[in-house]
Amino acid sequence: MFNLAKIAVRNLRRYRRRSLLTISLIAFGVVFVLVFVAVSSSFKDLMIRQITDSYLGDLQIHRRGYVASIETLPLNLNLNLKQAATVKKILDETAGVTGYSERIKFGGMFSNFAETTNIRINGVYPDKEFATCPELITRITQGEKGPNALQKGKILVPVLLARGFGVKVGDTVVVIATNKDGSVNGKTLAVSGILESATGPGGRDGYIHIEDAMEILRMPQKEVSEVAVNLKTIDQVDEIAASVEARLTAAASDPQKVPFQVHTWSLLSPFANIAKMIDVMTFFIKVMLIAIVLISILNVMIMAVYERIREIGTIAAIGTLPRRILSLFLVEGFFLGVFGAGVGAFCGVGIVLILNLWNVAFRFGQQDLLLAPTIAASEVLIACLMVIVVSILASLQPAYKASRMEPIEALGHI
Amino acid sequence: MGLITASNLVKIYQTEAIEVRALQGVSFDIEAGAFLAFIGPSGSGKTTLLNLIGCLDKPTSGDLQVGGMDVLKLGRRQAAEFRGQNIGFIFQSFNLLAVLTAFENVEYPLVMVQELRPAERHDRVLKALKAVGMLEQKNQMPDQLSGGQKQRVAIARALVTQPKLVLADEPTANLDHETAYMILRLMKQMRDNFGITFIFSTHDTRIIGEAELIYTLEDGRLVQHEERRAAHV
Repeated sequence: MFNLAKIAVRNLRRYRRRSLLTISLIAFGVVFVLVFVAVSSSFKDLMIRQITDSYLGDLQIHRRGYVASIETLPLNLNLNLKQAATVKKILDETAGVTGYSERIKFGGMFSNFAETTNIRINGVYPDKEFATCPELITRITQGEKGPNALQKGKILVPVLLARGFGVKVGDTVVVIATNKDGSVNGKTLAVSGILESATGPGGRDGYIHIEDAMEILRMPQKEVSEVAVNLKTIDQVDEIAASVEARLTAAASDPQKVPFQVHTWSLLSPFANIAKMIDVMTFFIKVMLIAIVLISILNVMIMAVYERIREIGTIAAIGTLPRRILSLFLVEGFFLGVFGAGVGAFCGVGIVLILNLWNVAFRFGQQDLLLAPTIAASEVLIACLMVIVVSILASLQPAYKASRMEPIEALGHI
Repeated sequence: MGLITASNLVKIYQTEAIEVRALQGVSFDIEAGAFLAFIGPSGSGKTTLLNLIGCLDKPTSGDLQVGGMDVLKLGRRQAAEFRGQNIGFIFQSFNLLAVLTAFENVEYPLVMVQELRPAERHDRVLKALKAVGMLEQKNQMPDQLSGGQKQRVAIARALVTQPKLVLADEPTANLDHETAYMILRLMKQMRDNFGITFIFSTHDTRIIGEAELIYTLEDGRLVQHEERRAAHV
């Protein structure tokens, strides 16, 4: 093997310019893929984190049928006290859950005593909400920042309404809503802060204390529209969602009529489709890399075989077996792939590090986000392995052709 | 029976337009240890005959045995193995591998064909290079060697596998007279030292006199068989 490698490397050095050009091309492809994967996955992770940590949570638990009717925020599909307690117990016992927030959501009217418009209200426990959605605090642009902003009698008003109605921190507003029995009730609240919208369906969402929500809706006992859950790591979201759903199903009195539904963030946010598109783009970028490697290696190996026909004839004449000749050219292609992948990985990781030092910021929705591209060692390894495997595959045809040459014809080649 | 026995060898090259009868019923018997030249004008069938003896090609008809083996029955792979174990080749254009040093070129068949262990290889290569007087140039690349030196290295490469037979197709065609003569003397010396049969083709009248046996070919037929000196014993 060592001798095959020695001969292959020397042959690559023999056609130095061509080998360097091919290695550069492969390296460029690897760099492009690694940087694209790093930046796009960083962008995707930032977006997902922004969405889940701002308002959605990593997963949510609802009463069955609630999400299908979510546009109307149906009060008759809330989890009752017992069901909410079951959910709470299971979440408390589930590893990987770092926090959860029970919410009462309802549609109502928002008035500044001069004008009235519609609003979506989230009644929450302040501490739990800020623990579950830690980025919520960054959305508060004016007023109190933190759980104090959601003490009883206070409201965080979405910027959309605040700007339209000229509402400022400290103003008094009224929230009016119809409860599930059809009676209308209202409550005067003090504006504690102005809330910028996060990407997605949050433009008209205001926040109040859950007990204020119960008071407006005249709930005799607590009901919950949804439970937003924060996980230790979002990578486990599907696994934990399945586990929680299984336990909720087991806890139901009638397994045929399980009252709960678990939805991961990707089922609730339209951004999941964008995330999928990013994954598809990444896939096609990798396909392009394969094409670059395939074509350049195939080209260079066909040239190598063509230029060395007499040499192939010589080694075949002196008794080199066809499989050995095949190996000679495969090893040459292998080394082109290894060198290209090595140089590409080195430069690609270097560029990712430079991008991190550069602190590239961009605006997403109303917020400035800092791009922090990272690339997993496994991604680098996969890209390199992919290049090497494709290099060997691309060398296969020329190598096979070389191994099948008749020595007498090859020796007579001019 | 000799080392090589050929009986009524016929080789016809068929192209779309014409049929070329390169060999037309050639028969001979060559003893081991011979130092033999096939001579004749261009197109007389010398190279074709060497290719058949070297298991690089097969005749259209006839029988051929090399070292007691009916080589016409060998498949592609077996023929390669047979060549690697029994036959050394010396080419007109030397055909050294450009990326290997003189030492590595001689070592090549031991690594890639006979797959010997490094220690054994090393000794054999040094011995072969010493025999052809190229020990000092062992680390030089082919493009640093003269034509004569390249052919010496090629001879060492042909000998290093300890073959029964060395075939040389116009081994001196690219060399000046003095060097050509020297190479022929070296080949004969190798035959004397190692007892290996040497068969070469040439149309160079200046060196024909070095051969002990001369087979003359014309239009694919063996027309003359001349024994200049007693064959080596």
